[in-house]
Amino acid sequence: MTTAPTHLLSVADLGAEGIDAVLKVTDNFVEVSARAIPKVPALRGRTVVSLFYEDSTRTRLSFETAARRLSADVMNFSVASSSVKKGECLRDTVETIDAMGVDALVVRHGSAGVPRQVAGWVGASVVNAGDGAHEHPTQALLDCYTIRQRRGSLEGLRIAIVGDVKHSRVARSGVLAFSALGAEVTLVAPPTLLPPSLAGWPATVSHDLDGVLAKADVVYLLRMQSERMTEALLPSLREYTAAYGLTRRRAALLPDDALVMHPGPLNRGVEIAAEVADLPGSVITAQVANGVAVRMAVLYLLLGGPG
Amino acid sequence: MSPPGALVIRGGTVIDATGRREADVLVVDGRVAAVGSGLEAPAGAVALDAAGCLVAPGLVDLHAHLREPGFEESETVETGSRAAALGGYTAVVAMPNTEPPIDTAAVVRHVLGLAAGALCQVAVAGAITVGRAGRQLAPMGEMADAGVRLFTDDGSGVQDTALMRRAMEYSTALGVTLAQHCEDAALAAGASMHEGEWSSRLGVPGAPAEAEELMVARDLALARLTGARLHLLHLSTAGSAELVARAKATRSVAVTAEVAPHHLVLTDAEVASYDAVFKVNPPLRSAADVAALRAAVAGGVLDAIATDHAPHPQEAKELPFDQAPPGMLGLETALAVCLTELDLPVERVLALLSWQPAAIAGLDDQGGPVAPGSVANLCVVDPAATWVVDAAASASRSRNTPWAGRKLTGRVRHTVFQGEPLIVDGEARR
Repeated sequence: MTTAPTHLLSVADLGAEGIDAVLKVTDNFVEVSARAIPKVPALRGRTVVSLFYEDSTRTRLSFETAARRLSADVMNFSVASSSVKKGECLRDTVETIDAMGVDALVVRHGSAGVPRQVAGWVGASVVNAGDGAHEHPTQALLDCYTIRQRRGSLEGLRIAIVGDVKHSRVARSGVLAFSALGAEVTLVAPPTLLPPSLAGWPATVSHDLDGVLAKADVVYLLRMQSERMTEALLPSLREYTAAYGLTRRRAALLPDDALVMHPGPLNRGVEIAAEVADLPGSVITAQVANGVAVRMAVLYLLLGGPG
Repeated sequence: MSPPGALVIRGGTVIDATGRREADVLVVDGRVAAVGSGLEAPAGAVALDAAGCLVAPGLVDLHAHLREPGFEESETVETGSRAAALGGYTAVVAMPNTEPPIDTAAVVRHVLGLAAGALCQVAVAGAITVGRAGRQLAPMGEMADAGVRLFTDDGSGVQDTALMRRAMEYSTALGVTLAQHCEDAALAAGASMHEGEWSSRLGVPGAPAEAEELMVARDLALARLTGARLHLLHLSTAGSAELVARAKATRSVAVTAEVAPHHLVLTDAEVASYDAVFKVNPPLRSAADVAALRAAVAGGVLDAIATDHAPHPQEAKELPFDQAPPGMLGLETALAVCLTELDLPVERVLALLSWQPAAIAGLDDQGGPVAPGSVANLCVVDPAATWVVDAAASASRSRNTPWAGRKLTGRVRHTVFQGEPLIVDGEARR
C-alpha cells in the first residue's frame, strides 16, 4: 500500500503540498477529459458509492462522472427512496454499504462533521462532498485549479470571497486552500453573515466591496440563500444586493484580468447580475469542467494504489 | 435498609467539615457510634480496611438525570444510583426532566418509591412550571409537602421573566430553593456548542456565553427583588462566575452556584472530533472560561461541584453532531477528575462534592460530620490509586463518558450508605 491519505475530509488535512499533488494529477485528467473517449482504466474493479443526504445533483453528477471516467463501478445511494426513510440510522446505513465491499464513499450531509464520523466507522475511503457549514474540499481544489489555469499561480493573488461566509462550507475550504497556496484572502460580507469569530483564519475582513474589487485578482461570490431573510440576518435581499451584489457597475471596477467565480447554482440578480456571470472574466463554466478532473484526481490518489 | 450489626473502618484519615484526624470509625445500627484510634469493634462487626485512605462524608450530587420515568433505555433510578455509589455518592438529586416530568406530588411520590431500593439516597427536584413548559406554575406546595426542596425546569431555563418572579415570590413561603438552568433560549436557538473560535471553524452553530450570563444576571436581580433562595445550575462561563462573585459581595442575594467537572477541565476544542460525547448543555467553553471557573472554585465563589450526569444511549450519541442530544455521564468519575485535575487541597474538593451541596439540597443526613450520632453515609477514598476510565465498565445503562481512556488519580474504595457497606474495594455488594 502507499502512504497516501485514506480520506479527504478537510482541506486542512492536505496542506499546501497535498493540494499541489492533487492539482498536478488533475492536469493529466484534464487531458483525459479532452479525449474522444474520455476514459482510463485506472480504477477498474473498484467501487465508488455516492451517499448524498442532501440534494445536490451537480456535485453528485460530477463525482459520478469522475468515477466512471476512471472505470470504477458507481453506486448511487439515494436517501429519498431508501432505508433511511424507514428510520435507519446513519451508522447502520454506512456500515451496510461498507460491508458490500466498496472502496470509496462520497458523502454529502447537511450536518457538519458527518464525513469524519463516517470515516470512523468504515474501511472504505471517505470523501467529503460537503458537510453542513463546515467544508467542501473538492470545491476548493477545483477552484484552485481553475485560478492556476488562468493565472499560473495563486501566490500573492488577492482573492475576495463575498457573501454568506457564516453558513458557507465553500468559504471555509476556500480560505484554507487559497491561503495555503499563497493568496491573500479578504472576506466581504455584512457582519451578520460572518462567523462569530475569525480568530486563526488566514483572512482579513471588509464591508466595502467597491474598495476591495478595485484591487482584486479574483472575486469569488457565494450563493445567497433566501432563508437567511427569515433568520433576520438581513433586512432584505434587495439591500444585500445593493451592498454586496456584483452588479454591472461594480464589475466595471474590477481590473481587466480579474476572474469572477461562483460555486453554483447562481442566483442571477442577487449575488451576481445576470450579464456579469457571462462576461469574459467569468470562469464559472470552467469551474464546473475542472470539477470532474479534480474529482478524478482525488479518487485516483485515494484509491489508485493496488487494492 | 441498614443491616443489623456493626461496621468498623480501620486505619484511615477522617476528613469532614470540622477537619482531619487519623481515626477508626465505628458504625452501629446505621449511625456513627465512635470515632477514634484503636476502636474496639463488637464481635461479628464487618471490618473495612482504610489504610492510606480518606474517610469522608458520602458525596452529594445536586444534579443527576436518572431518566426514570420515561427514558429507562438511558438510565434508571437503580442503575444511576449504582453508578453514584461506585463514585462515592450517598445522595443525588434527581432532575425532573423525565416523561412525565416531575411536576406533581404524584410523580414525586412515584420516583421516591423507585428510590426506596436505590443504592443511595435519591432526593427529587420538582419542576417550576407545568410540564417544564414555562407557562404556568407547577404545584410547588404539594411537591414541597412530598419532600421536594429544590425546584427547577432544568434542561431549559424559565424564559418568562414575570413568571420567574412569581415562582420566586411563591417559593419564599415554602422555604424551598429555586434552581435555574441559565440559558436565554432565543439567543441559544439552534446551538450545538459554544459560540467562538471553534464553532466558527467547525461550521457548527454556537451559543454565546452571554446566553447564559443574561439569565444569571436576570435571576440575581429577581432574587434580590423577591428575597428568594436561588441556586444556579452548571455555570460554565467566566462572566457567570463574575456575576455571582459580585452578587455575593453585596450580601443582598441568597445565591449558591454549582459547576460541573467537565466545565473545569474540557474546552470547546474537543468538538473538533465531531464526537457527540462532547456535546453537552451548557456547552464546553473556551480555555479562558475554564481558567476563570477554576479560579472561582478556588476562591469560594462557586459552592458545589455537581455532575449533571446525563445518560444517553449510544445510537443517540452517534447521530450527526447537531442532531445528537446533549449530556455526558459523571457520577463514577467526578471525584477522581476533581482530585486529578484541580489544584485544590482534598478538603476543599470534598467540601465542594459533599457537605456544601448537602446544605444546598437541605439533606440533613448527608455531608457529615463524621461524628457519633450522624447517619453513617460515608465514602472511603484512596487518593493515590490510579485507574483508567473504561466506558464499557460503567454501571450506568449508558456509555457517554467524555473521560473514556483517561488516567485518573484517586479512586473510591468503599461507600457506606446508612451503615451498609454497599461498595467494598470498588465492587458493589448488591
